[in-house]
Amino acid sequence: MQLDSKAPGGPIETKWDRHRQDLKLVNPANKRKFNIIVVGSGLAGGSAAASLAELGYNVQCFCIQDSPRRAHSIAAQGGINAAKNYPNDGDSVFRLFYDTVKGGDFRARESNVYRLAMCSNSIIDQCAAQGVPFAREYGGGLANRSFGGAQVSRTFYARGQTGQQLLLGAYSALMRQVAAKKVTMMPRREMLDLVVVNGKARGIIVRNLITGELERHAAHAVVLCTGGYGNTYYLSTNAMACNVTAAWRCHKRGALFANPCFTQIHPTCIPVHGTYQSKLTLMSESLRNDGRVWVPKKPGDNRKPDQIPESERDYYLERKYPSFGNLVPRDVASRNAKAMCDEGKGVGLTKLAVYLDFADAIKRDGEDVIRKKYGNLFAMYEKITADDPYKTPMMIYPAIHYTMGGLWVDYNLMSNLEGLFVLGEANFSDHGANRLGASALMQGLADGYFVIPYTMGGYLGGTPLDDVDENNPAFADAENDCKERVNTLLNIKGKRTVDDIHRELGLCMWDHCGMARNDAGLKEALDIIPKLRDEFWQNVTVPGDSGDFNQSLEKAGRVADFLEFAELLAKDALDRRESCGGHFNEAFQTEENEAQRDDENCCYAAAWEFTGVGKEPVLHKEPLTFENVHLTQRSYK
Amino acid sequence: MTKKINLTLKVWRQKGPNNKGVMETYSAKQISTDMSFLEMLDIVNEDLTLSGQEPIAFDHDCREGICGMCGAMVNGRAHGPEKGTTLCQLHMRHFNDGDTIMIEPWRAMAFKVVKDLVVDRSAFDKIIAAGGYVSVNTGAAPDANNIPVPADDAELAMDAAQCIGCGACVASCPNASAMLFTSAKISHLALLPQGKVEADKRVLAMLRCMDEQGFGNCSNERECEAECPKEINITNIARMNRGFLKAALGSRYK
Ligand SMILES: Cc1cc2nc3c(=O)[nH]c(=O)nc-3n(C[C@H](O)[C@H](O)[C@H](O)COP(=O)(O)OP(=O)(O)OC[C@H]3O[C@@H](n4cnc5c(N)ncnc54)[C@H](O)[C@@H]3O)c2cc1C
Ligand code: SF4
Ligand code: FES
Repeated sequence: MQLDSKAPGGPIETKWDRHRQDLKLVNPANKRKFNIIVVGSGLAGGSAAASLAELGYNVQCFCIQDSPRRAHSIAAQGGINAAKNYPNDGDSVFRLFYDTVKGGDFRARESNVYRLAMCSNSIIDQCAAQGVPFAREYGGGLANRSFGGAQVSRTFYARGQTGQQLLLGAYSALMRQVAAKKVTMMPRREMLDLVVVNGKARGIIVRNLITGELERHAAHAVVLCTGGYGNTYYLSTNAMACNVTAAWRCHKRGALFANPCFTQIHPTCIPVHGTYQSKLTLMSESLRNDGRVWVPKKPGDNRKPDQIPESERDYYLERKYPSFGNLVPRDVASRNAKAMCDEGKGVGLTKLAVYLDFADAIKRDGEDVIRKKYGNLFAMYEKITADDPYKTPMMIYPAIHYTMGGLWVDYNLMSNLEGLFVLGEANFSDHGANRLGASALMQGLADGYFVIPYTMGGYLGGTPLDDVDENNPAFADAENDCKERVNTLLNIKGKRTVDDIHRELGLCMWDHCGMARNDAGLKEALDIIPKLRDEFWQNVTVPGDSGDFNQSLEKAGRVADFLEFAELLAKDALDRRESCGGHFNEAFQTEENEAQRDDENCCYAAAWEFTGVGKEPVLHKEPLTFENVHLTQRSYK
Repeated sequence: MTKKINLTLKVWRQKGPNNKGVMETYSAKQISTDMSFLEMLDIVNEDLTLSGQEPIAFDHDCREGICGMCGAMVNGRAHGPEKGTTLCQLHMRHFNDGDTIMIEPWRAMAFKVVKDLVVDRSAFDKIIAAGGYVSVNTGAAPDANNIPVPADDAELAMDAAQCIGCGACVASCPNASAMLFTSAKISHLALLPQGKVEADKRVLAMLRCMDEQGFGNCSNERECEAECPKEINITNIARMNRGFLKAALGSRYK
């Protein structure tokens, strides 16, 4: 299979303009003849559905939750980047582009990243116009703060609830189109399969989560905006319903899955405290602007933090990275925390934590200023841990947070399956091997507001499409597959719960495929995963019926897919003979313990083709070329 | 300090919207006080599953107090006893060994029970669809800094915009009124220049829709404000009422 990125040639600054010029247009009167399915209502899906409907297309939008407003994007805390340069500190579209490519450790496609940086400013304009209550300066202009991996202040925010406010903005635009009858909203539906007719994506099968009915929905194109697969690891900062199911079923129908091993560990999460734990809670990265990370210099030091004098503390990020200090990118901060704990300097009951200390910031700025910036985060921390971060340092530890990998897409955000577009965290496109803070919100909204409205027109205007409806045999086949699977799950009636098996998978992934990986561990994971998958299909128990609201069944379906997908993730990690960004194989590191890339042999995106469960997938490589940034060893010293 | 406690749960079980519900009794043993309320329910559900019974259905997703998916009446209080806290953020350290805990779904005419503790809150989406937006198409926005907003107004708007749409205000109100929810959205937009243009039309349309959905009237009981996990202020209702009067008397939208 030949992977064509369809990235236009010519100077990077004008690629997108020229491409838009070349894309076919759909005449306004014809748009209403096209039906588009958008799966997902997060920042990517909500913005795409609203924008496509505004253009005149008929949109059906699906989500798992009871309302589109509850998509996982709602939980994003810290902020969204844009190259506005309002603070006049030297930012530009090029710098944002450069930082994102470098932050991603040179494993993203230049053309896509440049377009992302270009769209960033329009996003802020759009959201402000919708009434998103961004933080303001006293003069009435928008406020900025800095975020990990950048030396300029380019992050826009709404207290510690930026994702919530941006999503409510997209949701309001979406509901406006629902009222205008251009969007039909289908909540509490889970996509279980993609329907492909004559090589083109023409619809989906969903399960109505209230009645249990399987439904067929046909369309001229399908836009997948179903988020990331962090919950493969069981414990993550993702919401409980986040899944790989939609993307995985598309993969099984022929869509290539790219760079699954590029997962991001977030350095500032509340540490694990018990086996009953159901998820991990992120403490926004913005805290690293004012918090100082440290551990005791002496391993095994059991004193309370206030009893450890300055001279016996190691502010290791400031010490090792004098120019970025506490603001190094996430992968660097995470691995250093692990290294400290591995040396026995971890703190707290489990010794798997480091301190994030606000004492100096409170002394410098006063408690009020800190409260205004981070009040809700501090309150959340106290609710969970019963510790007051105004008085004692927070304890934090890295956790799985974001997934850079996803379905492979070209410059138009279309997968190799024609008519299947993939937006937001579900695609692989913009963040390479590591995502910088405040860039996921930017990407989701760029994809939905400013890319898909153009590239969808290009596809529909330039592609002859047959009449296909729900009576096409491909729908019946896909529906039967789903029905059989549901019935199988309900009839195993084994002895282990879905969560129990999911937890075991998560531990295996965290131990062998987490922050630091090595060949032996990855091979062990590849040995464990298929066995666990067999165990699942023989010994899981799923109570209840198929024709009913059944949360156990929902979970079982998702975990079944994680158990297939995890194998590809580990395989991809083993196959990439280098370290880069979030993928750190201990065999490939510099003398300073940084990820050591191999640009000569590994400068590619790994796009995997499905050949059957448990069968060797086929690897297709999309070579990455860098014409506008110079490949360097990242250094945050 | 972390402790282990034993509890008795009395939980509302209802198979579907058209079935009758009953309170069932379960015991929750060896619950760590560091657990969240939902993690406690997870444990009860694991036991139920292993003993061949159907687990208790409850909505949840983010478990961080932001998505608005979770919620139940705990001992008669929406989201339980802690102020400014969603059910998912409520921790078991606020309960004592030997306690009996009553857990019921939101009860309101406009929120039908789907199953057990899960209710249908789609009426909230309808209220937003009636006018909870600024009518600006993608691509039609001026530079963000062309619309200055006084920092204090932005803060006030943000206070209102924090509503997570959980429905606790409705569930706590003796009249099952949705005034706090509706006023939070109306205030958020009315406080910003972007929202002023359509303010009259919005308040009339959203309030009309609220009535149509079967929510009750507000008689100033203030239970909503007391139980709202995001501490949305009741002054938003007064602001909305002023906006309504102005729109109803003075504007051309009727
Ligand atoms: C705690 C936390 C904090 C974060 N903070 C930031 C931040 O400050 N800045 C930043 O830039 N990024 C942040 N991120 C990352 C960012 O929030 C996400 O990457 C982004 O919101 C993903 O948006 P999305 O639209 O792609 O997907 P999501 O918001 O995850 O939406 C997925 C949608 O798809 C639907 N869906 C999923 N599967 C199915 C299915 N099978 N069938 C039907 N529907 C389905 C869901 O119902 C949902 O509507 C944070 C992430 C976390 C976890
Ligand atoms: S006003 Fe408060 S209680 Fe009511 S829906 Fe909003 S957050 Fe929930
Ligand atoms: S689960 Fe999201 S608010 Fe409780």
